[in-house]
Amino acid sequence: MNKLFSQAPSPSRRGFLAGVAAVAGGASFGFHIPFADAAEPAFPDEVNAWVVVKPDDTVVIRIARSEMGQGTLTGLAQMVAEELECDWSKVTTEYPTPGENLKRKRVWGAMATGGSRGIRESHQYVREGGAAAREMLIAAAAKGWGVKPSECKAENSVITHAASGRSTTYGKVAAEAAKMEPPKEIRLKDPKDWGVIGKSLLRLDTKPKTDGSQVYGMDLSFPNMLNAAIKDCPVHGGTLKSVNSADAEKEPGVRGVVRVGDSGVAVVADTFWQAKLAADLLEIEWDPGKNGEVSSASLAEWLKEGLDAKEAFVGNKNGDAAKALGSAARVVEATYSYPLQNHACMEPMNATAIWTEDRCEVWTPTQNGEGALAATIAASGHDASKCDVHKVHLGGGFGRRGATHDWVTQVVEIAKKFPGRHVKLIWTREEDMIHGRFHPITQCRMRAALNDKGELTGMHMRISGQSIVAAIVPGRLAEDGKDPFVFQGLMASGKEFEIGYTIPNLLIDHAMRNPHLTPGFWRGVNTNPNAIYLECFMDELAHATGQDPLAFRLKLMENHPKHRAVLQAVADKIGWDKPAPKGIYRGLAQVMGFGAYVAGAAEVSVTDGELKVHRIVAATDPGYAVNPQQIEAQVEGSFVYGLSAALYGEMTVEKGRVVEENFNTYRVMKLAEMPKVESILMPSGGFWGGVGEPTIAVAAPAVLNAVFAATGKRVRNIPLKNTDLKQA
Amino acid sequence: MVRLNVNGQVREIEADPGTPLLWALREQLGLTGTKYGCGVAQCGACTVHIDGAAVRACVMPLASVKEEQKIVTIEGLANGKPHPVQKAWVDLDVPQCGFCQSGMIMAAAALLKENPNPTDEDIRSEITNICRCGTYNRVLAGIKKAAVEGGAG
Repeated sequence: MNKLFSQAPSPSRRGFLAGVAAVAGGASFGFHIPFADAAEPAFPDEVNAWVVVKPDDTVVIRIARSEMGQGTLTGLAQMVAEELECDWSKVTTEYPTPGENLKRKRVWGAMATGGSRGIRESHQYVREGGAAAREMLIAAAAKGWGVKPSECKAENSVITHAASGRSTTYGKVAAEAAKMEPPKEIRLKDPKDWGVIGKSLLRLDTKPKTDGSQVYGMDLSFPNMLNAAIKDCPVHGGTLKSVNSADAEKEPGVRGVVRVGDSGVAVVADTFWQAKLAADLLEIEWDPGKNGEVSSASLAEWLKEGLDAKEAFVGNKNGDAAKALGSAARVVEATYSYPLQNHACMEPMNATAIWTEDRCEVWTPTQNGEGALAATIAASGHDASKCDVHKVHLGGGFGRRGATHDWVTQVVEIAKKFPGRHVKLIWTREEDMIHGRFHPITQCRMRAALNDKGELTGMHMRISGQSIVAAIVPGRLAEDGKDPFVFQGLMASGKEFEIGYTIPNLLIDHAMRNPHLTPGFWRGVNTNPNAIYLECFMDELAHATGQDPLAFRLKLMENHPKHRAVLQAVADKIGWDKPAPKGIYRGLAQVMGFGAYVAGAAEVSVTDGELKVHRIVAATDPGYAVNPQQIEAQVEGSFVYGLSAALYGEMTVEKGRVVEENFNTYRVMKLAEMPKVESILMPSGGFWGGVGEPTIAVAAPAVLNAVFAATGKRVRNIPLKNTDLKQA
Repeated sequence: MVRLNVNGQVREIEADPGTPLLWALREQLGLTGTKYGCGVAQCGACTVHIDGAAVRACVMPLASVKEEQKIVTIEGLANGKPHPVQKAWVDLDVPQCGFCQSGMIMAAAALLKENPNPTDEDIRSEITNICRCGTYNRVLAGIKKAAVEGGAG
């Protein structure tokens, strides 16, 4: 294996030791010199960018996207292996670095891993990569035998020429294969012939996660490494006014106290624990700037004003909603809200950096290696050719480790003060919570026009609140300033986020209000609040007009057969048409998100105000299903993430900063609360939908609708913990 | 100088006695399988065994661990062959990101030592570790499977 690549970098790896030794000796970075020499092929052992075959027939499949638990590493390897016709038992994987990707004109495509895009956006080229490698391996064997490639066949890493009875293995011809011309035309298999895609194979990365050997960013260690703990202004956008570090600097092991940007200060010590203790002794005065008086209450007031604001961006419109509401036999209205929430990845943000006058390298768990590289370049003062990032396995991502790399900027700034030494920065849980990139805060007013038969004749859905895109990727706003992502799950059409109902006289619009607390893409993103607003309100309309919530929805779904099919599937499986067991109540929800159609049905009970979720039925139509058992794992996990958010998730704000700093105040679901989850996988073929996120969005509304059935109480403000469910 | 018995070996550690066991394991002994998740005994990612009982190492200062007490970390759980909990975890693909799983496995192994045939309710009340990926149902299934296959290890 090329020593430049390392999926799980650890000091025990030869390549890293070589590099570290070079640095310690004051020389340049030995392990990156090869790229400076154009005469030498950088990758002598690869068949092509996606596939390396070693002499012992080990197949190394290159994975451009990041593994953070969602199983994409195994799924993407399955895609390549399907076409490669290799022996699955000999497959391993590795990450190319973002720096390599740039040097090779992005041969591996995008590295960003978010929006449930890993498989659905790269399925074509990764399969082509596998197919091309297979053809090159066959061509190499055929050349050796002096026969036509078309007379040879590859299966399970063995190439055979039936006519002459000869066979060889991939490992034996790999070096020759690398010299063959890539095929000009590639024909991918028909899905009906797949044997690896669609199989519930076990993950490739499980065993090291059971014996402590999996290396996460936090676990990295290099000889002579320093450790850093940081405190950054708890009011986002505020600055560091002054710091007295006299006591901190006297602590054992402390090597320095350094300012980081205009808002942070870090203690650098021999160990992290020493750095952390010393950081707690810093006497810091913050300047909160203009947001020092913002509170949850003031945010709520501001967003409430947006519910009636004249100006709003239109996300979905047909007919005349205002007119329909004005002439309706009956108008039903309800206002909902969704709070700021924290990703709360199990592994707090961290990175290790080394900086010299010539070079800067970073090791970090990231959902977007190229984004981390951009942050490294910007902070290092070097140009791109002198920087690289090594991706490390993520202890959770959920969107926090993708669009912004604030911790990478910090670690590079710190490492610059200690040239030639590795510096590892770990955020405490408290720092991680305070500097979350929060789920956006919104409110929503739903207004429905109904005729005297109880039919929906118009609807206005006004969302007021925060735009992720405006805050962190403003370049992706529409020309007029609209954030189209706000309307996820509510769009009139499209392959990703189409609304599942045909509603006459519809207006869905957004009054943008951007608090200073920085938002981020948070697993499920805007489908989370949108599905609560729409699916709970649909439930309200059904009850208001004395109709069955399933039947009420299905009437509006005639033109949306895939949305309808998943909803019908969960209803059938949970037994919607039969009475629930005594004391058990049911709720339903559906949404299209990230290209997949999903629905959920819940069975709950409420006793003395205490909610218990007994059973969940979930249905998913992702088009094609690459690894069914891993999709099931994503669906189950989505209920944990989604229900943690719905029941408990709330970052409250006082004096411009968030209050919750750890799991004792930011509660999440535990095993005791975990319901049984029955997952229906119903891939209908012909499209590729994501599976890591969409189900999050149906978890909350399915349960909240069941809570209404149980108690008659409509929970419109997330999280549910703020509502007393006790019967009056 | 602090002396600890870790995974069957007596180790000498240069650290302040107030240092939490978690950080001594990670930083002085290089046993990074035990994770930092919260530092306040909430999440359980730092769970190790002390004399067979599950302990949250992030709030356990070195000063309160006696030299004769036997500490076992995830790296020392397998005894020649994988512990039944580790085997069940592999068979069922329990981990997702895996960051919490060292602690989860140590908590599960300690539970099975105390209670070799736990009911679902026992597991639900005893396993209080946090997993943000949401592997709970497979954790439960894994503990049941390990129990059937001799989970006390």
